[in-house]
Parts: sequence; C-alpha cells; structure tokens
Amino acid sequence: MSIEHVLFGVFALLTVASAVMVIVAKSPISSAMSLVATFFFLAGIYVLLWAHTVAVLQVLVYTGAIMVLFLFVIMLLNLGESTVTGPRVTLARVAGGVAAAGLLAVLVTAIWRIPSASTFTGSQAMSQGFGTLAVIGQTIFTQWLLPFEAVSLLLLVGMVGAVVVAKSRI
Amino acid sequence: MVHSVDIKYYLVLAAVLFCLGMFGVLVRRNALVVFMCVELMLNAANLTFLSFARLNGDATGHVSAFFVIAVAAAEASIGLAIVIAVFRSRGTVNIEEIRTMKH
Repeated sequence: MSIEHVLFGVFALLTVASAVMVIVAKSPISSAMSLVATFFFLAGIYVLLWAHTVAVLQVLVYTGAIMVLFLFVIMLLNLGESTVTGPRVTLARVAGGVAAAGLLAVLVTAIWRIPSASTFTGSQAMSQGFGTLAVIGQTIFTQWLLPFEAVSLLLLVGMVGAVVVAKSRI
Repeated sequence: MVHSVDIKYYLVLAAVLFCLGMFGVLVRRNALVVFMCVELMLNAANLTFLSFARLNGDATGHVSAFFVIAVAAAEASIGLAIVIAVFRSRGTVNIEEIRTMKH
C-alpha cells in the first residue's frame, strides 16, 4: 500500500462523487461548479499517470476557459432552478439508467480480462522524460504536425462559427 | 521498483465516468447540463488514452488527449452558441420543448 494507492483512491472517489453531483444538481450553476471540481480531481489522476503536461492543459483549458464559458452562458441566460414539475421517475430515466448500467457492466467485464501488466515503473519513466512537455512537443511537431495545424484551423472555424450563430444580426 | 496502481483501476474509473456522463446525457432535460455531461464523457476517453500511454510508455496517447481537449473546446464554443441562439428564439433550454428537428 504505497502513497500512490492512497492518492489514487482519494482522487478517484472525489472525481466520481463530483461527477454524480454534476448529474443530480438542480441548478445549472451547481452542475458547473461540480464539473470544475471533477476536472481538478481528474487532473490529479493524470499526474498519477505521469501525464503532467496534460494535467496542466486540463486545468488551463477546461477549468480556465471552457468552464468560464459555461458559467458566462448560464448567467447570460439567467437560468434559475429547473421549474419542470413532472414525475421524478419517468420511463426515459429508467431506460437511461438501465442503458448506462448495462454499458458499465460490459466495460468492466472486458477491462477485468486484461492481464495485469503494469510494468511501466516510475524510475523508468523518469529516465525517459515521459510525459514532459519536451517529449510531447517533439512527438506533435515530428509525427502529428498536420493534425496540429488542422486543430488550429478548427479552433478558428469554431470561433467564427460561434459569433455567427450567437449574433442576432450580422 | 515502484509498486504502482494497476492499469485496470484507471480503466474502471474511466468506464464509470463515461457511464455517468452517458446517463446524464440521456436523462437530463437542460441542454447546458447535457453539454456538461458530454464533457464528462470526453474526459473519460482522455483518461483511457492516458492510461494506455502510461502502460506502453508512449507519448502518442498524450498527443491524442491534447487533440481531444482542443476539439472539446471548439465543440463547447459552438454548442453554447447554439444554446444561446435557441434560447433567443424559443425562450427555453429544455430539450423536451424543442421539437423543431424531430421527424
């Protein structure tokens, strides 16, 4: 039982708990704040996986940019608590629960058949510089240059498209 | 020798997150919360990429996670713009009241 196990347990528990809060929260603001917490705890999990760069990106892009966008839209639309009054347990909810539980059962069964092969140890990773910005940058700019440029184009199109769709008159 | 957490537990955590996100997409009626649940599912996919990157000692999984994050940012901007446009024309973000694109 190493410190890594303890950290993984704590982060995994907090991640799942805040993800559940995203779904059950009544007001969209609570959902958004729970989602921020989920992303933070998930960044901790990424650090445990030696993905420091992706963890930093997660905090910068998700909790920094995307969640600000979500909160901005929620406050712009001035949404309160959901006023829909219907039966709490509907057929659609039961069907959704059954579908999600079925998928989870299938996935866990498949994952459990993977032979235990977690041989990638910490000292090995340190020597290879695994997960550092230098290694990831080298991989992107040698093997994935065209997708990288395509993503920049995609973000530009997304930006222009958001303005065009959300603006009332052009 | 560092005794680390087995890859299975990371994958099971990713599966749980994905199914929670899917459940939210299926049952929530607020379009904004549905988008948040889609973000949860994308993060579960990222966690799987990073787990296998760790298992194989390969940086390509990290590159994939980077691309997923970038595409999620683009998707969020477009999706929220659509939500704003729908709210402006219908006055609601409840996806059960928006039936224009049915049939």
